[in-house]
Amino acid sequence: MRKLSFIVLVIVITGSGCSSMGVQPWERDLLAKKSMKLNPDYLDNFFDEHIYFSKEATSGGQGVGGGGCGCN
Amino acid sequence: MQLKKIKGQMSLAAGVLLQVSSPSSQAQGSEWDVDSAVLLYSEGDGRVSAFEPAIYAGRDLQYGDRIDLRLVIDALTGATPNGAYATSQAQTFTTPSGNGSYTTKAGDTPQDDTFHDTRVAIGADWTMELDRLSKLTLGANLSTEYDYTSLGISGTYARDFNNRNTTLTAGLALNNDLIKPVGGLPAELMPMVTQDSPLNRDGDSDTKVITDFLVGITQVVDRKTIIQINFSLGLTDGYQNDPYKILSVVDTNGDLASTGIFNTGTTGNLPYVYEKRPDSRQRNSLYFKTVHHFEEDVINFSYRYYWDDWDITSHTLDLKYRYQLAESYLQPHIRYYMQSAAEFHTHNLLLGTDVDTAGNVLLDYASNDYRLAESETLTLGLKYGIPMGENSELSMRAEMIRQTVTDDSNVPAAEATPDLDAVVLQVNYSFVW
Repeated sequence: MRKLSFIVLVIVITGSGCSSMGVQPWERDLLAKKSMKLNPDYLDNFFDEHIYFSKEATSGGQGVGGGGCGCN
Repeated sequence: MQLKKIKGQMSLAAGVLLQVSSPSSQAQGSEWDVDSAVLLYSEGDGRVSAFEPAIYAGRDLQYGDRIDLRLVIDALTGATPNGAYATSQAQTFTTPSGNGSYTTKAGDTPQDDTFHDTRVAIGADWTMELDRLSKLTLGANLSTEYDYTSLGISGTYARDFNNRNTTLTAGLALNNDLIKPVGGLPAELMPMVTQDSPLNRDGDSDTKVITDFLVGITQVVDRKTIIQINFSLGLTDGYQNDPYKILSVVDTNGDLASTGIFNTGTTGNLPYVYEKRPDSRQRNSLYFKTVHHFEEDVINFSYRYYWDDWDITSHTLDLKYRYQLAESYLQPHIRYYMQSAAEFHTHNLLLGTDVDTAGNVLLDYASNDYRLAESETLTLGLKYGIPMGENSELSMRAEMIRQTVTDDSNVPAAEATPDLDAVVLQVNYSFVW
């Protein structure tokens, strides 16, 4: 329950602060670069998720979907 | 000064407009963004090796829609620890099929070296622009290997706010997995038997259903910084054992059990039992990522905190720093991961305490899978990328992974789980077609 309260608090603080952040459309030159994507190396990330999924007890967090495997 | 600033902003705006209208990024429906790669993964000491070619292709369609496709083939060979631990004598185990056996030398960690498989995974995502500010992505995935099939669907809704500086995301994924182990499903917490004896089995196959929810917010902070925060909730119901993992049963002297039901000569039972995990698991994670552009370089950092009702918590830190050289770039990578143990993770089962004289295991669940132990993983890597033309890039990366089980403090050194060392080599070629 304390963890859930913390998450709600983070979302509220983040959400309330968002309106004062950001850029105008003509200030998106750097943000438009591939290297500024949240996941710029698609296949690297795909491989890494697969490797660590098969070697560690925990996974996920970045998104949903992607499929499972019976990895040993 | 003011004029100079306005002039700078005007040229930036013109640059952005020109970029938006360029053929490569507009929804012309004529070009595929393709990323192809080959990955070699190799663990030391004769453990798992993998060869993985993969291809991803994405294409903009009409009306702001987009399609993304991927194909991965994963050929695996090598040995994997079976859950028993090293002893001062050689140990013989029966293969999963029951038709063969393998022997581990005295002092070595037992590993099942009959492991080899080829996995084929395909996936597709269709992104639809619902209106000017919102998108829906529908996805489907199929992964199949000899003893495992996974079929999944997903949907992610994303809506922009605040002049497109804030994006709220909500996602749902459903997976239905079929587990069909070699030799059938081992009877949980029942003994492994000698080669060609009647196997302790409980059917041929089982399933599990995985449901994942995600809510997230992505925020443009300023011209050089973007952040993302996700909360995920996952529910897994069904068969979650590793059907090939066992635990050693020891007597009060610390030797492998050899009396009563574990008297192999009279019963055919070996002093090992198959693991058992709960059939439900609730997983949660809080994920934070930020990308920041320096003068030329870019830093990409993420942190994930994970917890579940198997009593596992984990922390994952991941940092990539892209040094921009003249044309090419160099990208060091460091990842650190630590997890606590599952509440039912145990090094062995003690006869008389965990197992009664009739061979009944008195614990609800038990596993000595090293992946459920308290552990940490350190990854160090380096990537080099160089443009090969206007829209293509060649890149190579090498990574070293070391995984250490850290809760072996009460375990004799000879029985401790050895470190896992792995090397990853990967070559990528991306182009527009």
